[in-house]
Amino acid sequence: MVDFHGWDMPINYGSQIEEHHAVRQGCGIFDVSHMTILDFEGSESELFVRKLIANDVRKLSENYSGLYSAMLNDKGYVIDDLIAYRMDKGFRLVVNCATRGEDLKWISARAKEYDVNMIEREDLSMVAIQGPQSPSVLKNFPAPIDFLKEKKRQQGIFQDDIFAAKTGYTGELGFEVILPNEKAIDLWNIAISEGAKPIGLAARDTLRLEAGMNLYGFEMDETISPFECNMGWTVCWQDDQRDFFGKESLIKQKESNDLKELVGIITDEKVILRQGQKIHLEEENHARGIVTSGTYSPSLKKPIALARLPKSESTSCFAEIRGKRVKAKIGSPKFIKEGKLIFKEKV
Amino acid sequence: MSSDNEVRYLSSHEWGRIDEDGILTVGISEHAQDLLGDIVFVELPDVGDMLEAEGESAIVESVKAASDVYSPLTGEVVEINEKLLDEPEIINNSPLEDGWFFKIKIDNDLQFADLLTEEEYNDTCED
Repeated sequence: MVDFHGWDMPINYGSQIEEHHAVRQGCGIFDVSHMTILDFEGSESELFVRKLIANDVRKLSENYSGLYSAMLNDKGYVIDDLIAYRMDKGFRLVVNCATRGEDLKWISARAKEYDVNMIEREDLSMVAIQGPQSPSVLKNFPAPIDFLKEKKRQQGIFQDDIFAAKTGYTGELGFEVILPNEKAIDLWNIAISEGAKPIGLAARDTLRLEAGMNLYGFEMDETISPFECNMGWTVCWQDDQRDFFGKESLIKQKESNDLKELVGIITDEKVILRQGQKIHLEEENHARGIVTSGTYSPSLKKPIALARLPKSESTSCFAEIRGKRVKAKIGSPKFIKEGKLIFKEKV
Repeated sequence: MSSDNEVRYLSSHEWGRIDEDGILTVGISEHAQDLLGDIVFVELPDVGDMLEAEGESAIVESVKAASDVYSPLTGEVVEINEKLLDEPEIINNSPLEDGWFFKIKIDNDLQFADLLTEEEYNDTCED
């Protein structure tokens, strides 16, 4: 167990590699109640959330569906990443636990000018159920979570105080359930009795890294542009009348030539790529890149990493590991989706 | 390998087991493999390398962390456990038997007695 920003959380329940495979091949269950859940209600909740985050919740045509977004500061750097869901009375934002304090400060200072009420939902727990077998695990749960068959990714339901959406942090089929604290243990026990395996923080990290999903404080922080952490696609420019925090700075960033990019790297060497290792491009002697997150991929049985590099034509690079240079291939910043290899090597 | 011989430890979590011919078999402790979690790579010394007592001798890399392995005593490497290179999980499953790292011919077996007994080692782990 480890103290994770005030929450006691397990790093692993047994072997973290076995937990990883359980999610890729069967079903795993994660207690993610440390995540901060914020509800926004009031006549101007939509107006406010459209200003607050860089993606546009106007895209959410159905209730209980969600989208991934960055929340930017005035310099156009990432304060946090989050999922925003459309709810009956407004919006629900699920933000990171590590950034909770800064987020609340930033948001409440800006909410004052709007008719909007922010409610932190400490009465709710959050459980993620992920993996190809996840639909069958909850077949006996007393809510029609059978919805998975009909719903698309990012869509959800809300019934009997239980909110569930087809979202996750693993790249597998699965869903996240937000429910009253007193119901969470029942959900957990039913899922376990149906074969779900409990998953700790360590496997959560290898799963999200294989899926190419960012971790705040690693791929991005309040000094990193969304364009440099593979979040450019989450910035919505459709409605040019819409203003959002950081927009002006983002427009300037787009014109600049020295933006780096987040890539995936992979090597056959017997080493482990880890956060902070320096990266040299083929033709250069000085390191201009850095590993943002690295690990051993249990699915590929190889070291993989996300790395921020200067844009270049290079198809390979060198990671500096304990004084040695280790050659790695450069490719897409994602490796595995639904159990299959999706990493594309740069050619 | 005779498992009956006495095992002694370094506080940095390596164990050594000495046999009648003055050969010391070296590995990492149960506690160390538990701290490291799933081990995925190991770098071993070469046969013929001279190792120094408490000097770096191998590297063990788990998903969580990379860690140096120190030799309990001074001596020449006479055998390495090559099986670990392809199946490093053996270290997790059997740290004190099948998961041994290397064997050294030690210079001075009197020094063996200076290493920590199992009890003394266990006490250091509880601190």
